[in-house]
Amino acid sequence: MAKNKKTEAELPKSGPLFGYAPAPESPAAAGDIATSYGHFIGGQFVDSSGSEALKTVNPATEQVLAEFAQGTEEDVDRAVKAARKAFGDWSALPGSERAKYLYRIARIIQERSRELAVLESIDNGKPIKETRDFDLPMVAAWFFYYAGWADKLDYAGFGPNPRPVGVAAQVIPWNFPLMMLAWKIAPALATGNTVVLKPAETTPLTALRFAEICRQAGLPKGVVNIVTGDGRTGAALTAHPDVNKVAFTGSTNVGRSIARQLAGSRKKLSLELGGKAANIVFDDAPIDQAVEGIVNGIFFNQGHVCCAGSRLLVQESIQDELLEALKRRMATLRVGDPLDKNTDIGAINSAGQLARITELTAAGEAEGAERWSPACELPSAGYWFRPTLFTGVSQAHRIAQEEIFGPVLSVLTFRTPDEAVAKANNTPFGLSAGIWTEKGSRILWMADRLKAGVVWANTFNKFDPTSPFGGYKESGYGREGGRHGLEAYLDV
Amino acid sequence: MSTVAANAPGAAGGGLSDVAASEASLRRFLHGLPGVDAVGLEARAASLGTRSIKTTAKAFAIDLAISMIDLTTLEGADTVGKVRALCAKGKHPDPSDPSAPRVAAICVYPDMVATAKEALAGTGIQVASVATAFPAGRAALPVKLADTADAVAAGADEIDMVIDRGAFLSGRYLDVFNEITAVKQACVRPDGSSAHLKVIFETGELQTYDNVRRASWLAMLAGADFIKTSTGKVTVNATPPVTLLMLEAVRDFKAATGVQVGVKPAGGIKTTKDAMKYLVMVNETLGDDWLTPHWFRFGASSLLNDLLMQRQKLSTGRYSGPDYVTVD
Repeated sequence: MAKNKKTEAELPKSGPLFGYAPAPESPAAAGDIATSYGHFIGGQFVDSSGSEALKTVNPATEQVLAEFAQGTEEDVDRAVKAARKAFGDWSALPGSERAKYLYRIARIIQERSRELAVLESIDNGKPIKETRDFDLPMVAAWFFYYAGWADKLDYAGFGPNPRPVGVAAQVIPWNFPLMMLAWKIAPALATGNTVVLKPAETTPLTALRFAEICRQAGLPKGVVNIVTGDGRTGAALTAHPDVNKVAFTGSTNVGRSIARQLAGSRKKLSLELGGKAANIVFDDAPIDQAVEGIVNGIFFNQGHVCCAGSRLLVQESIQDELLEALKRRMATLRVGDPLDKNTDIGAINSAGQLARITELTAAGEAEGAERWSPACELPSAGYWFRPTLFTGVSQAHRIAQEEIFGPVLSVLTFRTPDEAVAKANNTPFGLSAGIWTEKGSRILWMADRLKAGVVWANTFNKFDPTSPFGGYKESGYGREGGRHGLEAYLDV
Repeated sequence: MSTVAANAPGAAGGGLSDVAASEASLRRFLHGLPGVDAVGLEARAASLGTRSIKTTAKAFAIDLAISMIDLTTLEGADTVGKVRALCAKGKHPDPSDPSAPRVAAICVYPDMVATAKEALAGTGIQVASVATAFPAGRAALPVKLADTADAVAAGADEIDMVIDRGAFLSGRYLDVFNEITAVKQACVRPDGSSAHLKVIFETGELQTYDNVRRASWLAMLAGADFIKTSTGKVTVNATPPVTLLMLEAVRDFKAATGVQVGVKPAGGIKTTKDAMKYLVMVNETLGDDWLTPHWFRFGASSLLNDLLMQRQKLSTGRYSGPDYVTVD
């Protein structure tokens, strides 16, 4: 029997016989990147009132791509005023007219998807395969979907003629820059709100390119405003007294401080925060597809996914077989140039994030978990981290509790469905979970008991604009996507 | 994979030899194999299909694909002349470029084996013959064995048999098993050597992925040297997900038994782009061990000319067009 006998050297690898020649997407396809950017306020690109500028780098090369403005309180105030000014006319438009703009934006995104995909890969570090085949199609789909709602709000289940909230302040993360923008802007505009959006300070470029698209679509001035900057700008934006709604996606710590800041105000708040999802594999799972789901769950987007399946809970009776298959599969992952069409895992988004992943994995080793990574060469420049597996992890380990937000999987075991549920729920988070079994009744039984906003069955990391997404517990509140996602932007 | 072997009845002793001891034990084993999630399998095959194979990698893959082709003619209208022409094509696929590799085999009906054998003498190209009342397999066992023995006697190097899908679908796994072992016996030549046995499932008729996985293990347990998707005679022939599933099966079978089995997708693979996708699947599922004509084949006819056109494009930088490859 082969069980436990095979050494790593015998695991099949994507071999030297058939190595794939570089297949790089052209960086020039990203279009012109200016040397410096201001904000997008009232339909115009404007300079900041302050003089501080930040730099965004290509995380795969550490080269500076552009400078952009650190938004000041005055900048934020200008943007909120522009949004307020636009709100009256925009919210008074018939839904079918607002829909026209959203459909137009969706179509322009499709037409310019290659440009946006390349730009996103350069600014974020994620592989072109993902921006091209996942992010951009999803971005367009989100706008198409909410465009469809704009003239049907009477039938959304919130009573007749539901009213928009007003000016929405939206602060988004760096892991899916353009997709998070779409998740925020599309429902807000469909329901008649105007927005001020702040992209993350390591990935502002696609949001600024989106501003061009708003102009190309003829969107009325001030309906969408984009102010760049770091957390200080974000805090100024969420604190602005004339903002009616705050939507934030990002870390639990920042989410907490926003909730504190908004307590006692009349601002409406939705938070989509961290996660530490359990991906639960039973002994009757479709093994080959479960391995794919585990890989997709944690290595998709370098693990920079709030709903990543970062804890693998595997039934003890199949642990050895599953881990052997998982390692074999991990050995075929291609880490490297994000613009190469055959890259599976790109660059870590920033030096800061790389340091955090490095620190947490070191803690994992220090606490006694066993670390494994496939042999793979990493480029010399840029921020990189090998896909990593920790076995012998217990609930008490930091790597089982804290969100790593990187390509690092912690493996735990369970013996019975009850134990699987208990361990899966034993976390302050509750964003997502995965169940792998061929038994339909067990899927339903588990899904009933898992405290997670999304439960995937025999798949992982699947998204759709029609499906609500959001968390339990410290993963936040409010839902994005689907009919449910309208509520965050309606005065109901 | 060892999951399978560990769960398998009869595997406790470290082998799979007694799995087919009875209808019941064989059924328990095959139904104990891990299930296949169709959505996940198809997604994985599609994602491997997005690999971008360029320049040197493409040149390597094109030549490898040509060398893996079982160049096939299986028509009622086949004649000695047609088969000879196909053999000539197999020997020198591109008359304008002698560096083009030869194909792996010429695949014909049993009555054309002698013709092909003569035409290919000394080339190293194998002669493969379909047998066992191909393509339907609807004949009595003695007829199928005679069909096989006839082809072997005529000099066939490889036998492509079809399984009895009726027996498989009605759950008579042991009948299918015994038929394969009997055909395997009929492949033995008087000198004790043996024609290579490829077992065709007609996956388009088996319909479900679970059936394909079970058929794969059934055939491998019965001694198949190769497992093959299709006859090319039904509506649905080789598909990437079905082939991927069979690649996983041979991988797991080798891990469990140490025995390596080849894979042959057949039917419907017409373009270089298709062939690249299959080679990527082999590369990333099985690695170097299977990247040779000895362990992976394409059952195809029109694929060859598309590969040759792409090959000419790579070497000359220009698209030539169908008038610059031979029609045989």
